[in-house]
Formats: sequence, structure tokens, C-alpha cells
Amino acid sequence: MSRRKTERLLNLVICLLATRRYLTADQIRHAVPGYAESDEAFKRMFERDKEELRELGIPLEVGSDSPWEDEPGYRIRRSDYELPEISLEPDEAAVLGVAARVWQRASLAEAASGALLKLRAAGIQTDEATPAGIEPRVDTSEPTFPALWEAVRDRRPVAFEYRTAGATEPTRRRLEPWGVVSWRGRWYVAGFDRDREGVRVFRLSRIIGEVTPIGDPGSVRIPPDVNVRDIVIARGEPAVERRVARLRIRQGAGEGVRRWAGDARPDGEGWDLVEFSFRDPEWLAGFLVGFGDDVVVLEPADARDAMIWRLKEVAG
Amino acid sequence: MSDARGGSALERLTRLLTLVPYLLAQPGASVGEVARAFGVTEKQLVDDLRLIWMCGLPGHTPADLIDVSWDGDMIVVSNADTIARPLRLDVDEASALLVAVRTLADVPELENREALDRVIAKLESAAGDAAASISAQIAVQVETEPAVVARVREALRRQRRLHLRYYVPARDEITERSVDPMRLLLVEGRSYLEAWCRRAEGVRLFRLDRVVDIRILDLPAAVPPEAEPRNLDDGLFQPSPDDVLVTLEVTASGRWVADHYPCERVEETGDGGLRVALRTPDTRWVRRLALRLGSAGQVIDPPELAEEVRAEAVRALAAYGEVVSSTPAGGQ
Repeated sequence: MSRRKTERLLNLVICLLATRRYLTADQIRHAVPGYAESDEAFKRMFERDKEELRELGIPLEVGSDSPWEDEPGYRIRRSDYELPEISLEPDEAAVLGVAARVWQRASLAEAASGALLKLRAAGIQTDEATPAGIEPRVDTSEPTFPALWEAVRDRRPVAFEYRTAGATEPTRRRLEPWGVVSWRGRWYVAGFDRDREGVRVFRLSRIIGEVTPIGDPGSVRIPPDVNVRDIVIARGEPAVERRVARLRIRQGAGEGVRRWAGDARPDGEGWDLVEFSFRDPEWLAGFLVGFGDDVVVLEPADARDAMIWRLKEVAG
Repeated sequence: MSDARGGSALERLTRLLTLVPYLLAQPGASVGEVARAFGVTEKQLVDDLRLIWMCGLPGHTPADLIDVSWDGDMIVVSNADTIARPLRLDVDEASALLVAVRTLADVPELENREALDRVIAKLESAAGDAAASISAQIAVQVETEPAVVARVREALRRQRRLHLRYYVPARDEITERSVDPMRLLLVEGRSYLEAWCRRAEGVRLFRLDRVVDIRILDLPAAVPPEAEPRNLDDGLFQPSPDDVLVTLEVTASGRWVADHYPCERVEETGDGGLRVALRTPDTRWVRRLALRLGSAGQVIDPPELAEEVRAEAVRALAAYGEVVSSTPAGGQ
């Protein structure tokens, strides 16, 4: 069944590419083997075939060659169908070979290798070898990634359940997605939140369950000059002045702090004194508390208090 | 995604429309090599060739049909002018490549920037507006350390040994080591050097943002033949069965732990929190994590580790003149 259908469709594509004139349904029925005898069944098959060719991205044209013809005709214009002429220099082919391996999983990996096959089918030699040993990989295993990719591609608003950091219950969010960004190895979607009436960023790993479209394709309008990458990166980082904390670090310890601190001066038996630049005292305390009793915050007072508060939480 | 029968009728049609021009462009390609390129079995490919052979121009006389022969192993296709060029890239195909190339282009010291720009322009013109616009909506930002990446690349190119001062967070130590570079990896948004570590006598990954200092030595790199590059398809970190299994319970505000670390098991606790189990060769970083979590989470197992965390917090508080009973709260 499926083999005969593939055969029919391939013959149909060849027939419509070969013709200059528009062919009516009846002409096609005679030119392409495999269609049903009865008119009713033929009509159904042909309707379905047209729809499926369009789904594959095959540009089926409808029209007629003469104004007196009232039955619509069909053809595929080669210039719309064919991959345009493209030639790649060896260094460009090498780049493309690396790029095609970037996607680590499923949907995009398949799309990228499909694209590469088409380029090879157009006679372009792409390079499989990795130049100078570079391997970039991007993981798209987030379960909601394909649905959001499609929503961004088709400009459709979506809804999903989302659990904000620290919240116990997820809430339903309605979003006009503008773009999907991977930053520091995690995926985010940015866009206009219809309920909050503002720009919001969501982490894909905090979306619970399915992402469902709630509007028509093409109905999301992205404001000009929007740069989704900047929105994601700037999120939650208000411009706060840098300040300097003074820390005591045990000698021979706290290397992870010293890496980012100023020069150390000895400060009593077994201890050093360093200066450490920071913006948010809570962030500073969160970073330093991991070093346990190897690091002591001397000042400023708000950072010192944040540190004591965190330690008490653990000490009980 | 083709199954044993080679996928649905439409998937198969898509493949055939690429296969015919592919075979025309590479006359004499072997069945094995083409099957591999298309991700199908040799049997499936031969079945595809038999199907193509039945198709052609209206009329379908022998002169209209596509000629296909596979003599021994060489495939030759002719009389297929109408479908001699592949179909245009669809939006997903073009975007997948464009986003990937743009990702590389964002790492200026990584690749020949000028070649990347040329490829982007060519792909955009081949792909059409839809793909060009979606690829601007999808972005991957990779963190790199430009100075370190430049040295690593130079060492790879000249095949030289590197000397690293490298920070190991689990032990809070800066270590010194000589390594023979194998590959530069950009995975999960970060950059890593994969190298043969002469101290550990094994293949190790070094996260470039933890490299404190890097020098190219005047010695040739000597990666031993037994050095196996990591298979990236299995994920970057593969826990060893000898590692300690640690269980943590986190509240809703500590759920990020499950995103952040490769966990062996993650269970909902029912009140918005999670119970996560992870394996680690070194529990020191778990101690650090637990201190950082504060009221957002605690170590459940092993119990000795939970007690160490508490004891460390008590000691640290003493430095602030804060005295907390040294027996656990539950024991009073």
C-alpha cells in the first residue's frame, strides 16, 4: 500500500515538474499511474496527495493557461522547487560539516543531516572531518523544545504550566513566544506574557507537561529591534553598583575564592586578608558559604549578616 | 526516524527526492556508503532503487522511466532530469544549519569568522526569508574564555603539550598538570579541553573557565594510542559505579539542583520539593552544595555526611561570635 503510494506520488511530482502547462485533475489522472477507477475515489486520493505534497514543502501551483478554462490546473515550477545554485569554498564546506554536528538529539539533528544530504545531492562536498579537533554540541533534549521551536517558527501563541523558582504550585501562563535561547547550557523561551502584560523569560526545564498552541499561526507579532538573546541574558540582573567586601581566608584554603579576589595579605596566624568585588550580598553569601569555616566575611555588614543567616539555617 | 520498512510513504518520498540527485551527483557510489549516508539499511536502499526504477515521465514507456543500475556495488542513475536537483531546504532544515553556524560564529576565536559569514549569507539566500527569520529567533550562547581557547587551539594546531594550573572545585584546590590536547569541546553551553592528562594517565576533561593559567610547552603532544575520546552522545559526565550515592531533599526553591547536576533519580516529595539521588567520586562538593542550599535542602543519606555539613556550619558561625549548640537539634 505504502509502496504504491510512494510510487504514485513520485510519478506525480515528476509529471508536474515536467509540464509547462497547467494540468487539470483529469489529465493528471491519465498521466499518473495508480489512481482509482471511480471518480469519487480518485477525487479523494488526489485531494489528499495535493495536501501531502504541500506538507513536504513542494510548491504546488494552481492556475490555468487560458481565461476560458474554468477547471483549475496544477504544475510545479522548477525554480520554486529546486534548491538554488549554491557553491561552497573548501573552508565554507568545512564549517558546514562542523555545524551539522552541533545538534545532539532528535528533531534538529535530523533536520541538519537532511539539509546536508540535500546539499550533497546538489553536488556540494561537505567536510566530515573536524578541523583542528573542535566539537561543538548542543543538547535539545528538553521535552518542550520541539513544541516551542514550532511555535516560534509558526508565530503562534502558546500556553503551559510553569513553576517559578521557589513556588510550590505551578501556574498557567499564556505566552507570545519571540524566541528560544540556550544560555550557559540551559534553554529559555522569551516573549510577551499575556497575563503579566510584559516581557518575560521562562526556563524550559521548569515547564510542566505540554506546551499547547492557543492561537493561529502568524498571529504573534515580534516588535522590531527585539533581541531575544539580550533579553534572556539580561534577565534578573538589574544594574547594581559593584562594592568591595573584605574577607579573611584560611591560608592554604579557599582557592575558589582567591581565584577571583585581589592580592592576599597575611592577617594573623594562619589567615589572609583579601578584597572581593561583588554586587549582590545574597549572591556573595551563597557563593562563600560553600567554603564553610575557611572564609569569614568581615565587611560590609549586609554581606556579613547574609552569611550568618545562611550558616544558621544549616546549623539548625 | 525511519523504521525497519523505511518510514511512512511521505518520509520515503522525501528520501527518494534527495536520493536521485544524490546518486546523479556521485555516480558510482556504493550501496553500503549511500545507505549509511541516508541512515537506512542496504536492503531498504535496494528497495528504494527498485521503486525509483518504476517511475518516470508520463507515458511510462522504457524511454520515459528513470534508469537505475547497481552492478555489483556501483549505483548508476540516469534519465532523471526532472528531479535532478534536490528540493529546497525546508524551514527546519535551513534553520537547523543556520542556528548552528551562528552558534559557531559567536565564538570569534573559534573558527574562520570570514568563512562563517560567507556560509551564513549563502544559506540565507538558499533558504528564503522564513528560515532566515526563525534562525534569528533561536540562539545558542556558548561561554568561552577567549585567551584560553586561543592557546588551546594553537596547541592543537602545533601538536604541543600544555601546562595547566587548574582549579578543582570538588577539592577547592589549584592543581598543576601537563596534558596532551586532543579536542576542544563546546558542550552544554561551556567549553572544555579534552586531553590526555599525564598525571592521571587518562583522558580528562578540563572546563576552560577553571583554567587559572595555561602555557604551551616546547614539547610535542604525545597522546597514547589507547586514549579514547569521549562519546558525546552519552552525555558529558558518566558516573562510575564506585561513586558514592548521595540523597538530598530539596524544597521548591532548591529544585534547581535537579537541573544543575546529572542526577541518577529525581522524585517529587509531594509538597513542591524533590528527592534527588546523585553519584559522586568526592563528597566534598556535596558538602559545599548543602551549605549553599541552606533551608532549601539537606543531605538525607549518607547520615555522616549530613552531620559533617551541620558541624561545618557550627564551626563557621563561631568565627562570627555566634555560638550554636554542637549537638544536632534533633538530639536535644
